[in-house]
Amino acid sequence: MLGFGILSGLLVLPLVGAAFILTLRGDSEATRSNARWAALATTIATFLLSLVAWSRFDTATASFQLVESHVWLTETIRFKLGVDGFSMPLILLTTFLMPFCILASWESIGHRVKEYFVAFLVLETTMIGVFCALDLVLFYLFFEAGLIPMFLIIGIWGGKRRIYASFKFFLYTLLGSVLMLLAIMAMYWQAGTTDIPTLLAFKFASNLQTWLWLAFFASFAVKMPMWPVHTWLPDAHVEAPTAGSVILAGVLLKMGGYGFIRVSLPMFPEASEYFAPLVFALSVIAIVYTSLVALMQEDIKKLIAYSSVAHMGFVTMGLFSMNEQGIQGAMFTMISHGLISGALFLSVGVIYDRMHTREIKAYGGLVNRMPMYAVVFLILTMANVALPGTSGFIGEFLTLMGAFRSNTWVAFFATSGVILSAAYALWLYRRVVYGELDKPALQTITDLNRREIITFAPLILLIIYYGVQPGPILDAFAVPTESLLNNVQAALATVKTAAAAAH
Amino acid sequence: MYHAIVFLPLVGFLIAGLFGRMLGPRPSEIITTGLLFVAAVLSWVSFIQVGFGDGATRIQVAHWMSVGDLQVDWAFRIDTLTAMMLVVVNTVSALVHLYSIGYMHEDPHRSRFFAYLSLFTFTMLMLVTADNLVQMFFGWEGVGLASYLLIGFWYQKDSANAAAMKAFIVNRVGDFGFLLGIFTVFVLFNGVTFDAIFPRVAELANANFTFLGIEWHALTIACLLLFMGAMGKSAQFLLHTWLPDAMEGPTPVSALIHAATMVTAGVFMVARLSPIFEYAPAALAVVTVIGGITAFFAATVGLVQNDIKRVIAYSTCSQLGYMFVALGVGAYSAGVFHLFTHAFFKALLFLGAGSVIHAMHHEQDMRHMGALRRYIPLTMAMMLIGNLALTGFPFTAGYYSKDAIIEAAYAAHSTAGSFAFLATVVAAFMTSFYSWRLFFLTFEGTARWGHGHHGHAVHAPHDHEGVEHDDHSRDVEPAHHAQHEHGHHGDHTPHESPLVMLLPLIVLAIGAVVAGVVFHDAFIGEGYQEFWKGALFTRPENHILEEMHHLPGWVPWLPTVMMALGFVLAYYMYIVDAKQPAKLAADHPILYRFLLNKWYFDELYDAIFVRPAMAIGRFFWRTGDQRIIDGLGPDGISARVMDVTRGVVRVQTGYVYHYAFAMLIGVAALVTFYLFRGAR
Repeated sequence: MLGFGILSGLLVLPLVGAAFILTLRGDSEATRSNARWAALATTIATFLLSLVAWSRFDTATASFQLVESHVWLTETIRFKLGVDGFSMPLILLTTFLMPFCILASWESIGHRVKEYFVAFLVLETTMIGVFCALDLVLFYLFFEAGLIPMFLIIGIWGGKRRIYASFKFFLYTLLGSVLMLLAIMAMYWQAGTTDIPTLLAFKFASNLQTWLWLAFFASFAVKMPMWPVHTWLPDAHVEAPTAGSVILAGVLLKMGGYGFIRVSLPMFPEASEYFAPLVFALSVIAIVYTSLVALMQEDIKKLIAYSSVAHMGFVTMGLFSMNEQGIQGAMFTMISHGLISGALFLSVGVIYDRMHTREIKAYGGLVNRMPMYAVVFLILTMANVALPGTSGFIGEFLTLMGAFRSNTWVAFFATSGVILSAAYALWLYRRVVYGELDKPALQTITDLNRREIITFAPLILLIIYYGVQPGPILDAFAVPTESLLNNVQAALATVKTAAAAAH
Repeated sequence: MYHAIVFLPLVGFLIAGLFGRMLGPRPSEIITTGLLFVAAVLSWVSFIQVGFGDGATRIQVAHWMSVGDLQVDWAFRIDTLTAMMLVVVNTVSALVHLYSIGYMHEDPHRSRFFAYLSLFTFTMLMLVTADNLVQMFFGWEGVGLASYLLIGFWYQKDSANAAAMKAFIVNRVGDFGFLLGIFTVFVLFNGVTFDAIFPRVAELANANFTFLGIEWHALTIACLLLFMGAMGKSAQFLLHTWLPDAMEGPTPVSALIHAATMVTAGVFMVARLSPIFEYAPAALAVVTVIGGITAFFAATVGLVQNDIKRVIAYSTCSQLGYMFVALGVGAYSAGVFHLFTHAFFKALLFLGAGSVIHAMHHEQDMRHMGALRRYIPLTMAMMLIGNLALTGFPFTAGYYSKDAIIEAAYAAHSTAGSFAFLATVVAAFMTSFYSWRLFFLTFEGTARWGHGHHGHAVHAPHDHEGVEHDDHSRDVEPAHHAQHEHGHHGDHTPHESPLVMLLPLIVLAIGAVVAGVVFHDAFIGEGYQEFWKGALFTRPENHILEEMHHLPGWVPWLPTVMMALGFVLAYYMYIVDAKQPAKLAADHPILYRFLLNKWYFDELYDAIFVRPAMAIGRFFWRTGDQRIIDGLGPDGISARVMDVTRGVVRVQTGYVYHYAFAMLIGVAALVTFYLFRGAR
């Protein structure tokens, strides 16, 4: 029996912070300030703890590490945690982004401050839980539970159409999760366990794989989101407060991709190969379609939300290209997109806090009064269009290369996203930042303050650092990718031999 | 030493970029310019070491990424080709830095300008020193970024912003091909470093590759895709539209980026990849034809432009076409030689034009110039030298390099070669004509400036060939000193530029005169082998450089004759009988408009790419997302659900609870199910 380890600590720490905030009494300014500082301290402590976990993590092995297992519902459905090279960087991304979310909410959240931070801290626990759960039921629980605080964040602290947005969110995810639940039950029926490491070694029958794959796909595709189930995302982003958008784009979107690599690809290799063309088609449509839609947006956040959908298209395309470049590129894109889109939403938050509008038309010529902001936004824009030297390039380049090796048509259409992303991103930049500052409302707008500079500096440094030296992240993916590909190849080879023998 | 050459500009960029505000403009100027001059001197040292000694080497800087078989390093590949490019980039860049101190002295954002210039230089150096395709792509996109920033440097001007965006996006179209080309090369050679690719090309000479369902000759498709990148960066026909608009940037930028260095990146790329292109004759034919078309097309447009910078821009475009013709017929060294000499005389012409514009207080329209010879004699002399070199006056730089290209096209004895020969000969005539037209309109004739007529409406009578007007043809930063500068516009006289601006002109003029004489032997003559040492690869059966010396007697004379004819015609039309141009334009209005509007490429692209993209985007959004997907999906369902729930429950924020409830039911069902199973 293993004791409680570092991963449990990561799960519990935010909850402790949340509990502490709940004990604060009253709604005075002092209480609010305490809540803010408590939340910030908690998230920073969690981040530091995750760094400890990272320091104990060995990138040279594909097996699960820091494993701990506790009795939970029954003897077979256990509270089992562990990480491997795919999940560890995502946990770090989560814990890294949280302090920025707290900082971004410092002044912009005016009512129900305590509850807001509690919701965020609970959300952090569930997100970490998804990435370290080693039992499918536990995975499912965290996967779905994370939506409740997100709903609250959008529904209570969101914009004007928050009810519509959360309703949309609800419908989509409900559909996906019900099917995923059924699939988990069916898997349990077959394998007699929901233990992920055991299931990874279990061979499901071919026809069953198809159904299971589809059921999980429904859930993950909504989460990614893939075309055509993406329409909840722009609405959710637009209505969510800045920090909510950061987490939504930075971490929640990665759960779908993580699900694919944790469940779909390794457990259902035959079905994954069978459905790869479908995923390719949807990915390419997502890239081209949503890039074109992004071009015409009138709302800054919506534009970035659509560009997120396009980037997630690169992720699914890379994952299902089933080669090193594709998979590692896709995983890298998830991390890098977490940083870039997170930072982009933060930068929209900066001007939203000042002007309280997200209309592109309301801006123009910001560079005249906000030169520092212009630089920050320029770097992020360039990272978003995957300029080499930023982390965005590594991911996009590798996923495209992976896709090219798999299918040149897919790569051909997906690469056109390179042109379209430049078009929508630069056009946005031109309309918001460049030009004359002639709108009366903007005459007194102020440049970044110290808190905002502190927020952006580490994000930008990391985006550039990982663009020049992606090694630290890429290497973490290398061993598990190799092992995953070997297993998939072995599984497919058995099927082919069997088919050949049957003839 | 190579670390210093490449990274000193980066240091300059970081200092001027991060601390420029604190330091103030003057220290930023001095630091960036000083660092660039150090880099330039070191470049010449390395050029002599590598070109005339034995210094070719590879320098590992750092590891970049390794994924599966893909291994990419940050590394410098130093051979004669790189060393030559280092000289071109750093020399011109250092001179442009120096020149900008004078040219930009009124601009409040000088630190930023110098930071951008240094950033450009750094990325360009990364491009030319690249030891693999991915690093080359890094530099490739990096110069694109710098170009974007510099074209849009005067961000209050909407036309500048539009031009900057256009440059970036059109270049991305080229990069689309470049990326696919890199992928093809990777699949074929299992690597992206030049050392891994070049030795294996011959093995794959007959390999096939399926791209988009079509079976291609593998190296041909790889080369064609890579060449698409070159077309974008070097503004070749079909992807040329961004270059003339890029003249919205300050003039030193045009000289550095859009004449001497960045736009030649495509030429450099093809030359660098000559080992692959040599085995893809079909791709080379395409290069030749595209080069020939560009040389011809851009020259025709250059004939009628009224903006002094645009004339030179089209001239650049046309000269790049020449370089590609040379590469396409296998005379790589001739193309690269023209790149080398062109950098001097075209930078000279641009900086000279900048000096004219400076003298005219930011007037760029040649219809408002004239008779400037007396006021700015030194600039006039420098422009004269630039013109002579460009048109190929005997023993100037262009005489050696441009004529070599025309001869090579003839010597190719292929269909594509013959076409390119014709195109380049005609273009040589037109080059001479528009160059002298520019010169005469600017420096000779009657003064068409002063008298306070600065508004566009007033000068209609002088508009001797003007039918249409370019509204954004003035090289001026609008807000800052426009008022005080243009306020007393009526009574100024053109003034010669300060020494910091003239000095670079003089240095470049020396280059434009002697670069051909001094280096032609090494680049394309007897010294070929010892100089290049294999940096440019030619197959054993490629004898074009020898055949160039065995041409019919009239061929080598032809370019010189064309040059003379162009001069005579320009002299006749603009000095002897200055009414001719207007008459000619009036007699052939359709042709004139066609040329003036650059063959209507902008309108065409707007109609077939830009507008449809926007229309489709709007359609996908309004109809696809909002009507179909949402209409059939969540909105439709929710409307039904709302109908039901409205009657049943009225919980305020009920949805969250519904959801939590549904999830609990799910877990409960699962547990029940498990217990049921476990009980058996």
